[in-house]
Amino acid sequence: MSSKPQRIEIVLETVIDSIALAEEMSVRLAAAAGFNEDDQYRIGLAVHESVMNAYQYGNEQKREKKIHVVFELSHEKMAIRVTDQGTGFRVEEVPDPRMDENMLGETGRGVLLMRAFMDEFDVLVRQGGGAEVIMAKRYKTQ
Amino acid sequence: MTAATREIGNVTVIDLDGRITLGDGSALLRDLIRENLSKGHNKLVLNLAAVSYLDSTGLGELVSGYRLVKSGGGELKLLHLNKKVSDLLQVTKLYTVFDIHNDESQAVASF
Repeated sequence: MSSKPQRIEIVLETVIDSIALAEEMSVRLAAAAGFNEDDQYRIGLAVHESVMNAYQYGNEQKREKKIHVVFELSHEKMAIRVTDQGTGFRVEEVPDPRMDENMLGETGRGVLLMRAFMDEFDVLVRQGGGAEVIMAKRYKTQ
Repeated sequence: MTAATREIGNVTVIDLDGRITLGDGSALLRDLIRENLSKGHNKLVLNLAAVSYLDSTGLGELVSGYRLVKSGGGELKLLHLNKKVSDLLQVTKLYTVFDIHNDESQAVASF
């Protein structure tokens, strides 16, 4: 992998197959960037979860909407941004499924997995609308 | 995802194979649990030995299935979790909800 920062930008259709496609792309990029198999899986799952949220909740499965994914590989980390064309959401309002009252609930596990598997995680509400999930995995130092 | 069902006495073991994710896998799991309940089979063991991948939707279906079976007076247990599935249940604290087994005969006997 080149030492120069690299940026890969893709636009996905709001179809269910885009979830696995984005996951596969992120796993291959992570492998090329030198992440071990465990971290490739974690990165893949985090991207899977964020694109799934964009498909299901952000874009509400509307085919005319798009999901934008940007991968940025620097010397320090692999950063990923997933943006939908919905109304956005406040991540602090997502229930914590580990709380007793939420344990058997329907929502919150996707955000929890992204937080757990990535070193950096945040969600921005974009000015023009839509949610932007920003995540990163740092390379492990020797 | 594919599935096969076996009866051991009054316990139903559902062998799952593949990915349990949004779409076909999670829908199939939901249908299998409901189908078994409709037949009066409410002692269910989900054998996850061949489950290669689970996302939050798949976890949600496990939880929904657990709730549905329990509400009808039955039990739903998990068998043969691999490391990835086990880690997901640890991260989400769902290991505190499910009765998890590594041995099928023990799982069946535990009802």
